[in-house]
Amino acid sequence: MSIGIDHMTTFHSLYLLISREFLIAFRHRHEALNPLLFFVLVCLLFPLGIGPSPQLLNTIAPGIIWAAALLAILMSLGNVFRAEYEDGTLELMVLANQPLVVLTLIKLLAHWLLNVFPLILLSPIIASALGMDFDVQITLISSLLLGTPVLLLVGATVATLTLVIPQNGMLLALLVLPLYVPVLIFGSSAVSATAIGMSAAGPLYVLAALCILSLTLSPFAIVAAIKTGVSQ
Amino acid sequence: MMKWLHTMASSAWFYRFSGKVIPWLMTLFVVLFLYGLYGGLVTAPADYQQGDAFRIIYIHVPSAWMSLFVYIVMAVYAFIALVWRIKLAEVLLISSAPVGAAFTFMALVTGSLWGKPMWGTWWSWDARLTSELLLLFLYWGVIGLYAAIEDKRTASRAVSILTLIGVVNIPIIHYSVEWWNTLHQGASVTMTDKPSMPIEMLIPLLVMATAFKVYYAISLLIRTRAELVEREPNSKWVKQVIEESNHG
Amino acid sequence: MGYTIAFCLWQSRSRFHTENMALEVKNIHCSRGHRQLFTGLNFSLNSGEVLLVEGKNGSGKSTLLKIVSGLRRPDSGDVLWNKQSLSSIFSEYTQQLVWLSHRNGINDSLTAKENIQVSISLSKSTDVNIKKVLEKIGLNAYANTPVRQFSAGMKRRLALSRLLTQKAQLWVLDEPQGALDKAGIKLLESLVEEHVANDGMVIMSSHHDVQFENITINTLQLYTHDK
Repeated sequence: MSIGIDHMTTFHSLYLLISREFLIAFRHRHEALNPLLFFVLVCLLFPLGIGPSPQLLNTIAPGIIWAAALLAILMSLGNVFRAEYEDGTLELMVLANQPLVVLTLIKLLAHWLLNVFPLILLSPIIASALGMDFDVQITLISSLLLGTPVLLLVGATVATLTLVIPQNGMLLALLVLPLYVPVLIFGSSAVSATAIGMSAAGPLYVLAALCILSLTLSPFAIVAAIKTGVSQ
Repeated sequence: MMKWLHTMASSAWFYRFSGKVIPWLMTLFVVLFLYGLYGGLVTAPADYQQGDAFRIIYIHVPSAWMSLFVYIVMAVYAFIALVWRIKLAEVLLISSAPVGAAFTFMALVTGSLWGKPMWGTWWSWDARLTSELLLLFLYWGVIGLYAAIEDKRTASRAVSILTLIGVVNIPIIHYSVEWWNTLHQGASVTMTDKPSMPIEMLIPLLVMATAFKVYYAISLLIRTRAELVEREPNSKWVKQVIEESNHG
Repeated sequence: MGYTIAFCLWQSRSRFHTENMALEVKNIHCSRGHRQLFTGLNFSLNSGEVLLVEGKNGSGKSTLLKIVSGLRRPDSGDVLWNKQSLSSIFSEYTQQLVWLSHRNGINDSLTAKENIQVSISLSKSTDVNIKKVLEKIGLNAYANTPVRQFSAGMKRRLALSRLLTQKAQLWVLDEPQGALDKAGIKLLESLVEEHVANDGMVIMSSHHDVQFENITINTLQLYTHDK
């Protein structure tokens, strides 16, 4: 019986820790819109920079939306573990009686739901503005659902490595962006394929594979990176 | 204690051992390099399509090979450093990065030079060149991260993790870029796929590749020696080395 | 580059060494950057003992405590808990440990009560009466106030709540008095006294004078010598 109770308390603790993330986000609700606004603004840059020709915009729309989503995630990486590192919570997480991998996944899940998911919900509106058809938008959303977790997981791993460096924004971008290339390529080409009437299955499968790969490997890399960070 | 003795001893041992090996490697490098150059630039026949322009492969191809080779070697060091916490592996890892970056840079520059007569442009979005450029960024990342973290033990661990992330990603990046390239351009002329290279062209190429590997070894040893001294300036063995060089 | 060596003097004022020795630091070496902080440092701590780590800034007090807490590994040497190496029993060890660093482990946008809840769920401890804890650390009136509005001393008091909510044998406290007022320091001292009276163990760093009643205090002095 004691095992049952132990599990209960574990789940209760985990529930409390997830609600902590949402509570903190709620207290900072004025910041909730920032990633969305950033995403929209980057998408806006392209029509302004290139010109409003519908044909041209329609051709490059997948690339625009994917690049904007990628940059929005990159911008949000700085605060995945930053506050926890600076206030010492990260040390407590390492010494906690909960597995650090689980705590890490909780944080990342909350981060994805709060910063990335709204952006996916918004993407059809931007896509329509760029003249994307409905069926293409479906592919866009599926590719974002599969690809953004990869971006977050890979980015969070590298962001954790740079925690000990103050003012690390530029370095972080330099480290992360080359690793984002595959997701950008497969994500935007899935959308482009649908747009020209071809099957998007190939690149979407690759994205799904990358998603599973990063879900398997990244948490452990993040744990190693956290342990390195708090040891200094 | 045992481990401490072991690592300290291995730093000292490595320093002395590498000091003895470097001159031999230097000789080997000069011989191989001169032979390879002579073979590549003089004895090898001109290419029936590209004429003498093809001769840049004697620099380009070994550089491109080395750019990948060095990163893989770094990943091996990273693994050793993380799992067994061997200091020397950390130092070897970080000493390799600038050498690898230099090879990558050389591969890019020679590739671009070759592109001019071949495609009429300095930069074509060739899959290999693009991957090579991304690889250069990965090298820069390793160097930049190491430089940015003050405590070098922490920096080494961070860089080891980053290198392993990189080595998992290199094939994925390479595959994705290749896929992107065929999607958008169709098959283009690639530089290195020479299905039937005559033997008198091939031998100098292999000799040059070996020479480059020896060069990497020399450069790695020299950098590692310097880094070891810089990391443990107050240790007994460094003082001993300094004393010996003062007397000798 | 200032060349620094550190060595330490181990003054034991405890009267006897019992068999149930719990924490043992064996021949650890550690350096930060080019500075050798300590070489061949040995000490042990038994239940019911307090170890006070003293030394100037930069002498490696925090680093030593980080090593003892298991967050940092020594360059060589070992820390043993009940004769077993920390790295091999890390998860059991963390259940026996309360770690208080110079960082409070408190989120500014949460209230005092919510912060205590978080630290409880991280340590998996059950049946904690949060109200009583708040009373004891003197933050009763601020239970639902966001910590952002707290003074540094109040935040430190809140961090001390972990000493009450976690039932652990070993307390590792890095400059616990930092930012505390006189009453706060008194509170800390009484907590430590109570813990030690119940056979707990405390290892703490400080550059203040610490006054405990009825407790054997061992002092570990870390010296830095600049050449």
